Amino acid sequence: MASYTREVRTESGSVETVVSIRNLVRRFTLKGVLNGIDLTITKGEFVALLGRSGSGKSTLLRAIADLDREARGSGEILAPKDLLVAFQDARLLPWKRVLDNVILGLDAPDAKARGSRALAEVEMSGREQSWPYELSGGEQQRVALARCLVREPELLLADEPFGALDALTRIRMHSLLRTLAEVHRPAVLLVTHDVEEAIALADRIVMLDDGRIVADIAVTPYRATVAGHEELKLNLLALLGVEANAPPTGQSVSVS
Amino acid sequence: MNMPLARLANDDGIVVAVTNPPKPAYSHTSIETPRRRRLGLKAPLSFGWLLGPVLIVLFWGIGSAVGWIDSRILPAPWVAVSTAFDLIEQGRLQENIAVSAWRAAQGLFWGVALGVIFALLSGLTLVGGYLLDGLVQIKRAIPSLALIPLFVLWFGIGETMKVIVVALGVFIPIYIHTHNALRGIDIKHVELAESLDLTHAQFIRHVVLPGALPGFLLGLRFGVMGAWLGLVVVEQLNATSGIGYMITLARTYAQSDIILVGLVVYAVLGVSSDLAVRFLESKVLSWRRTLAK
Repeated sequence: MASYTREVRTESGSVETVVSIRNLVRRFTLKGVLNGIDLTITKGEFVALLGRSGSGKSTLLRAIADLDREARGSGEILAPKDLLVAFQDARLLPWKRVLDNVILGLDAPDAKARGSRALAEVEMSGREQSWPYELSGGEQQRVALARCLVREPELLLADEPFGALDALTRIRMHSLLRTLAEVHRPAVLLVTHDVEEAIALADRIVMLDDGRIVADIAVTPYRATVAGHEELKLNLLALLGVEANAPPTGQSVSVS
Repeated sequence: MNMPLARLANDDGIVVAVTNPPKPAYSHTSIETPRRRRLGLKAPLSFGWLLGPVLIVLFWGIGSAVGWIDSRILPAPWVAVSTAFDLIEQGRLQENIAVSAWRAAQGLFWGVALGVIFALLSGLTLVGGYLLDGLVQIKRAIPSLALIPLFVLWFGIGETMKVIVVALGVFIPIYIHTHNALRGIDIKHVELAESLDLTHAQFIRHVVLPGALPGFLLGLRFGVMGAWLGLVVVEQLNATSGIGYMITLARTYAQSDIILVGLVVYAVLGVSSDLAVRFLESKVLSWRRTLAK
């Protein structure tokens, strides 16, 4: 079996690089394989990881988060210790009230005050004492975001966090996440299969196919104009194997 | 004439007014007369479960009054009630209930305590599981009642033996359900705890134990019933007090009314302790949607 190393970077702030991955290979995982990934994410950068299902995007995220214990492979991952994961399901503990979910495992004496502040930031003030089952899907995902925020992570790994939400809620969550990212400046790696979401949120889009990076695009130049936005979208859809001329199914084609 | 106007947009987005809109193809609907056939059950009445028992008592009473039921086989309900009052006047009923309740309480205490300790040891550590789980599974295959002869040899026929038999009847369901719940913690919650860098102690306290609480309470419901069942057996063997002894003595003198009182007492104690656990459940598990409503 090939060797596989994982380092946790402890010093923070001094180095511009937050995540550094060299020749990462992963096999025998449930969701996909990785066939040699090289990726660097810098401080405060918002990266969207785009790809079809089975392309290996979740596998890569889980490798960075060190969540898969059965994974086999080789390569090198350099990741900060204070990284947090936002899952597709909000993963609130059903037996804890909202505030206790947010500050789960925080020992600081001002934990409650910080938790309330984080809840206010995700527009969930006054819901501290609610049970998770009393919240809608979007509200649960806000609480999950607050749970990440309150720890001020250097890196936020988001695994299709809006995948289970309805279209309108998703749009509201996009602007919320964008705002939070601008205020707190963590590096963000957002896994998604939604081209619109990737363009709306990310500074940079990394496209994954069959466990390899097939495109690495800076979004900012395209986002400035409607034509640029449209061009990037069609390019990305083509890379995803969706016919560019026909209206793609499942994607909203709205020009605003 | 006031013709209703429908404002519709055509393909070019131009709004056109249409008089005489086509008749809608829907039927009238209101809250009182839903047009959909409801297939699920309606919400049950709170005390609906009492209907069956009440009907049986009614049938029993009418049967006794009319003479269908021979009073030597089954005394009338009012005979059982007056016997119960006689027994209370003599002080026998409350005395025997107190003795039985004390035995059940001790057995319940030890059964719950040991069941939880064993379940924690074997549910939370691999070594504990290797050591204890097999033993408990083997014990589970041997009926507690079959062990009574051995317990009599070891512990005599005194209170210790009785409490041990009751405790074993409680221990097994508590252990099985708690252990099952501890080992069945959702992998997603484990991942969450890992991603938040919880310590092992925090993980146990915030994730594992509250997650296993519903399982423990289910075990407790079986356990309290098990306590009364164990009691019935030990009190009919070598006892000189308790409800079971009262029944055994009545059998000797063919006092079917006293036997009946004993059975009713067992039923009331069993059902009310089950209700008590369910009440506890609804308080402790208020985070669960099903119980909160």
